[in-house]
Amino acid sequence: MSEPLPTPDTGPAPLAATSRRAAGARFAVFWGAPPALWQAAFFLVPLGFLVAMTFWSVKNFRLTPDATLANWMFILNAGFFRSAYVYTFWLAALTAVIASLAAFPAAYTLAYKVSPATRRFMIFMLVVPFFTSYPVRIYSTQIFFSPQGIINTVLVPLGLGPLQVLNTPTGTVVGYLVLTLPLVVLLQTFALANVPRILIEAAHNLGCGRFRTIWSVIIPSARIGLIVAGTFAFVLAFGDYVAPTYLGGSRPPTLSILIADQVKSGNNWPRASVVAVMMIVTLMVVMLVMIGLAYGRRKERA
Amino acid sequence: MSMAALRRFLLVAYTGLVFAFIFAPIVSTIVFSFNADRFPSLPWGGFSLQWYEAIFADATIQRGLVNSLVVAGVTCVIATFLGFSAAYVDYRYRFLGKSVYLALAALPPTVPVVILGVALLTFEGRVGLSGTLQGIIVGHVVLATPFAMALVRMRLADLDPDIERAAWNLGASPFATMFGVIVPFCAPAILAALFLTAAVSFDEFMIAWFVSGVNETLPVRVLAMLQGQVSPRINAIGAIVFGVSITLIVLAQVLLGRMSGRAARKKG
Repeated sequence: MSEPLPTPDTGPAPLAATSRRAAGARFAVFWGAPPALWQAAFFLVPLGFLVAMTFWSVKNFRLTPDATLANWMFILNAGFFRSAYVYTFWLAALTAVIASLAAFPAAYTLAYKVSPATRRFMIFMLVVPFFTSYPVRIYSTQIFFSPQGIINTVLVPLGLGPLQVLNTPTGTVVGYLVLTLPLVVLLQTFALANVPRILIEAAHNLGCGRFRTIWSVIIPSARIGLIVAGTFAFVLAFGDYVAPTYLGGSRPPTLSILIADQVKSGNNWPRASVVAVMMIVTLMVVMLVMIGLAYGRRKERA
Repeated sequence: MSMAALRRFLLVAYTGLVFAFIFAPIVSTIVFSFNADRFPSLPWGGFSLQWYEAIFADATIQRGLVNSLVVAGVTCVIATFLGFSAAYVDYRYRFLGKSVYLALAALPPTVPVVILGVALLTFEGRVGLSGTLQGIIVGHVVLATPFAMALVRMRLADLDPDIERAAWNLGASPFATMFGVIVPFCAPAILAALFLTAAVSFDEFMIAWFVSGVNETLPVRVLAMLQGQVSPRINAIGAIVFGVSITLIVLAQVLLGRMSGRAARKKG
């Protein structure tokens, strides 16, 4: 598994060299094996188990190992699954687009219009939300948009409300944005800050206007980072449970809500597993397509 | 105002709005945790610590907090060890299947936690881990290890591989080199990884929700409280959780900042 350890030229007898090599191999296994074993046992095996469980059956409320396609047939033909699938996919895609568009001017500002010290501080600030309880943030957002909440207290006297956001798809998307926007701004800022300055200056010197520079110099050079940012937004929103539950009111349900319901109350783990496997497959396809988009067309242009 | 100044002002103002959207929920959580009124709205109902008193008197919340601290404490040690090992293997060795090895170590955060939660629940039910704190720890380690790996790997990128070879050629055993050279060099990253992985575990609620059973962690308790009515106690818990997490993150950040500062000085 390891490259051979460098053995000193003035090495002692071959026997010592062999034992040294054995020690080197032991050393490599000591460090190399634990992460692989842990992730295999508690990540790979459970996911494999999840796939296997899609073929199991529930008999008299008891989970029984089986080789049936009944769960797949049931879920894939169920109207509630199909509509939840389409609904979740579009809401996540919409979130990715809104987050990408909303983040861009902010990332542009952070990358080009502020001092490096300010940029570093703002980047640190963008990391903070990831480590503040997301359910609590959603709870706060819920309060903001509630009928007696701050937003309506301000809007109603102005004759603009009341705003009905809670328990609507809009509420879900707002929650998805609470989740994804910090990450998208962060990744876009990195992407833009890595665009070679010389390209931008060259564009300016050649008389390229501001928006044209953004459109035909900055965005193409930062394309990979921008696509990665949008993809992450999609992945996070697609799998989120909290926003559609507490801001969207669970109606219509998203795929994660279907899973939670099947597991927590329906107690039908095989059907929940089918939904979960469908989600994984979808995310893998989306990620592959986006990687293709990010890296693919470069050759044609060159 | 010139056009350029106006443009810059508009961009900065817009960025301020984006940050306001991101931080409003966090700020309001803290502000309203001290509000005397039951319903968090304007105008402000006066300063009060009653919600903090309420949560400290609540046995389920106390148990949740203790469970969360235990889980985060154990998770951060295991995840940092595994992350360090994986980062070192990436730094030191080349072997067949290395990309698979690294993918296995790095991929878990890209899988939605709701799926990890179901997968772990079904699996742990079979091996008798579900409903235990160990069951939560196992899942949190899977999720947190990649973060530790990334931090240590960044640090190792600044270490010349020849230094290790020099130590071996001078007769140091691999383990002596590890603990005499590599670990001390990585110490700031290791500490940062401990804090970061503890924060990841402390805030994780989905895996814990599926797996925990009766052994609720604090975020799982919060999730249960969200299903009930509006309660400023959630703000108080949120403010405390925020305090704990932000302390961990700032500590990690300070360590990393010092690390990169030193590296920059060395280069300069």
